[in-house]
Amino acid sequence: MERRTLFPGRLLPALLILPQLALTVVFFLWPALQAIKSSLEREDAFGTSTEFVGLENFADLFSDPLYVAAIGRTALFCVCVTALAMGVALLLAVLADTEIRGRAFYRTMLIWPYAVAPAMAAVLWVLMVHPQIGLVGAWLNRIGVAWDYKLDGTQAMALVIVAAAWKQVSYNFIFFLAGLQAIPKTIVEAARIDGSRGFHRFRTIVLPLLMPTVYFLLVVDLVYAAFDTFATVYAVNGGGPGQSTQTLVLKVYLDGVVNANIGSSSAQSVVLMAGVIVLCAVQFRYLGRKAVT
Amino acid sequence: MDRRALIAGAGSLAAWTALRPSAGASAADKTPITLWHAMSGANGEEVERLARDFNASQSEVVLEAIYKGGYPETLTAAIAASRAGKAPHIVQIFEVGTGTMLQAGPAIKAAWKLAEETGLALDPHAYIPGVRGYYSLPDGKLASMPFNSSTAVMWYNKDAFEKAGLDPEKPPATYDAYVEAARALASKAPTPIASTTAWMTWIQFEEYAAIQNIAYATENDGYDGLGAQLLINTKPFVDQLQRFMDLSKDGAFKYAGRDSAPDAVFYSGQAAIGFGSSSGRADIVKNAKFRYAEAFLPTEPALNAKPNNSIIGGASLWAMTAPKRSEAEYKGVAAFYGFISKPEQVALYAQHTGYVPVTSAGYEATKQAGYFDKNPGTDVPARQLARGELTPNSRGLRLGRLPEIRAILYEEIEKALQGQQSAQTAMDSAVARGNRVLREFQKSARG
Amino acid sequence: MMRSRLVALIPHAVLILAVLLFAFPIWIAIAGSTQDSAAIARGDISLIPDPAGLGVYRDVLVNGSAGAGPVWRALLVSAGMALVIALGKIALSLPSAYAVTFFRFPFRMTAFWLIFLTLMLPVEVRLIPTFQVMSSLDLINSFTGLTIPLVASATATLLFRQTFLTLPDELVEAARMDGAGPLRFLKDIIIPISGANIAALFVILFVYGWNQYLWPLLVATDPKLDTVVIGIVKMIGVDTATEWNKVMATAVLALLPPVAVVLLMQRWFVKGLTEGDK
Repeated sequence: MERRTLFPGRLLPALLILPQLALTVVFFLWPALQAIKSSLEREDAFGTSTEFVGLENFADLFSDPLYVAAIGRTALFCVCVTALAMGVALLLAVLADTEIRGRAFYRTMLIWPYAVAPAMAAVLWVLMVHPQIGLVGAWLNRIGVAWDYKLDGTQAMALVIVAAAWKQVSYNFIFFLAGLQAIPKTIVEAARIDGSRGFHRFRTIVLPLLMPTVYFLLVVDLVYAAFDTFATVYAVNGGGPGQSTQTLVLKVYLDGVVNANIGSSSAQSVVLMAGVIVLCAVQFRYLGRKAVT
Repeated sequence: MDRRALIAGAGSLAAWTALRPSAGASAADKTPITLWHAMSGANGEEVERLARDFNASQSEVVLEAIYKGGYPETLTAAIAASRAGKAPHIVQIFEVGTGTMLQAGPAIKAAWKLAEETGLALDPHAYIPGVRGYYSLPDGKLASMPFNSSTAVMWYNKDAFEKAGLDPEKPPATYDAYVEAARALASKAPTPIASTTAWMTWIQFEEYAAIQNIAYATENDGYDGLGAQLLINTKPFVDQLQRFMDLSKDGAFKYAGRDSAPDAVFYSGQAAIGFGSSSGRADIVKNAKFRYAEAFLPTEPALNAKPNNSIIGGASLWAMTAPKRSEAEYKGVAAFYGFISKPEQVALYAQHTGYVPVTSAGYEATKQAGYFDKNPGTDVPARQLARGELTPNSRGLRLGRLPEIRAILYEEIEKALQGQQSAQTAMDSAVARGNRVLREFQKSARG
Repeated sequence: MMRSRLVALIPHAVLILAVLLFAFPIWIAIAGSTQDSAAIARGDISLIPDPAGLGVYRDVLVNGSAGAGPVWRALLVSAGMALVIALGKIALSLPSAYAVTFFRFPFRMTAFWLIFLTLMLPVEVRLIPTFQVMSSLDLINSFTGLTIPLVASATATLLFRQTFLTLPDELVEAARMDGAGPLRFLKDIIIPISGANIAALFVILFVYGWNQYLWPLLVATDPKLDTVVIGIVKMIGVDTATEWNKVMATAVLALLPPVAVVLLMQRWFVKGLTEGDK
């Protein structure tokens, strides 16, 4: 889609777009190229010596079973967070969409977690489920449940999934509610008169009309789970116990910042960039066409 | 909208100017130097005290002490700052970062070199052997400035010992005795948790190797060259891990996290035995609502009848370089080094923190002040550090990227304690992964 | 009859349960902040706040806690960062969306795609190289370094562009008939029309800026530049005793501003979010 009516001139639009473009080049394009360069080098921690090593960093990465395992783990994490956040949000939105009393109250009380930082989500959950100091965690141990996410990898994974999804439910809820409210009531009424009931009506009438929202949220949630949850995972257990909650972004940080292994970390960045570009291409293919061109 | 945006903009501008990092509260004619440290809580206040007293003691320089987070964060911050040409004058680096710092080349200024250039008197032999061994170069010169040294001890809850029918004045001296005590504590359950350990990689493996006189890595624990290989998949280490796995399965030992996280489990009264750093004393004094004591780490007479000294933990100070750093600034660093190595300062620092006096003179001064008599048990760390003869296995570890190797060992231990792998598999893969890190370090250090 | 009334209660029951589940962690933080840190460390936390412990809020604001500086300063850094990012992104995106929509100039689409690319590369994936670039520009440990790299925004540009595309051609024609130049058109028509979008974006971007963690962690190691989110994670990470009541009080303080912004601007926020960004 293009506008038919336009203003003449070349200098003015160039000036208008320049600041944004300059920032993009300096803080996005340059680092991206730098990442590709560093991924082909080996460098010591203090940056006093650098050596070109070709694709060695990439070869090391993919021959490392732990990196391959981290890819699978990240995929599992993203799918779980997305499914949980979307499922709960959809249920709540459907309930809140009915002509129910106190709708505004419920809406307000369900959207505020949108404002919670991923790192804060982790802190709040840790305060609640810490095996020694957390109200719920200590209680679980008292009644004989061996709850200890510091040692049990499965529990740690479950905790970071729930904490990450908890925060994202609000966002999904807002979109689902808007999507539901955009469905003409007459269609739903007509189905009701036809004798279509409850869940069947939802599945055959409402859900198909809601699909654009579902696709949109799918991509948003996957990107959120893959990248924005760094702080959640890092603050809960730093990727442990073992490597049971180490996601790809966490690994970029640990290898690059904590272990100062610039080459490997840059190679991981390049791999992730490729991944994001694929994900965006998919989004563009399915949803963005209308918005972008 | 415009006006509101403007007001908000003005507000943030004001915040901006208010928040610009200042160069410190330095008077114009004094040379400002910065110290990055990793001490929080009571120990952090002590660093502030040192800075205050140092600044009051002379008129040439003004030192600003900045807390940078935990040890690993401080090392990371120093590396990042150095790459950006903005290194602090002095940085406190934990003992396991020593191998990494030694390869920093022009980014650091070794303590002996700084002393030579500025005329500071610095005698390595003033320091107690365990400390000197860890921070000196092969030729005996000091690479960094010893600052806060601790060692690992076994803290125990005397009330809990009594309730479990154990003698509170006779803590377990060997690992067999420890296992027995832990099982007794688990069955009588005076506390919810029988035993736990902080710094599991340091205390139960690195210290264990030193005291039992076993090599942790080839090349004399890395002192003789960058080609060192880990040796921790040998029988003593595997047995040691197996011991904790068995105890954990029987509920007599609880893994409560990495590094110092388990400390709180002990001083909150939940665990009866808590292996930890001697430097945890201030927190224990502040928080523990029970009678407690510190004891020597258990030994393994079957492996070494005459237990060695334990190795140090804690940190030392490194002088860093930066573009355009002046002679006056290095002189300021040297002045601070001189200040903290005075016997009375060494003694004062040790008494305030629970770290050991790093110099013999400081130890004597502490003793003369009657501190050890007034606080029974506080001489345990120093006595344990001074025990026996220093051997190539008890100097410490000189391995590059040791923090990363510790993290690997933690990961493998955690997997083993979860029952996902055997002790042998855990130590084998720790060795394989750790050696990869060592080789990578070796390559990058040669450049 | 009875049964259908019970059925009608089910949605309420589920929604109330959800509301409670969402609020529970916050309630624990509020209650815990007023209690004794040592008691919390022993696992003796009560769900009933102790009014006598409210002094902790004053204490953390003024003195901070082990591991982090005074919280008022951290709140100020967070607020400054969130405002600069939110307003900066809006101020930069609006003109660039205007330029690509209402003008034809060489490399127009190239420029647009370059901006779109930033959407593809979240700062998390290019952490180290961005840090290296920042250090070449000498922006480490500065407020500028903390904010400017986050000011470029593809999302806001896309959102504005979409709104502009839906404007009727007649509007532009009418403006041209009146002899309005492009700048006047921007000022008199476009900006007022985008009011709802700007308000919604402000909420989204303020929350985005306030909640940053990884970037400030990396680029600002000076404790004076610690945001409140960084400060709180530092408080938990100290190697000595964590002062749990102070951690919880700081958590509550850190949540107040973004939650207030979301709730106060709820109407525009929901509208702008759901109508534009799809």
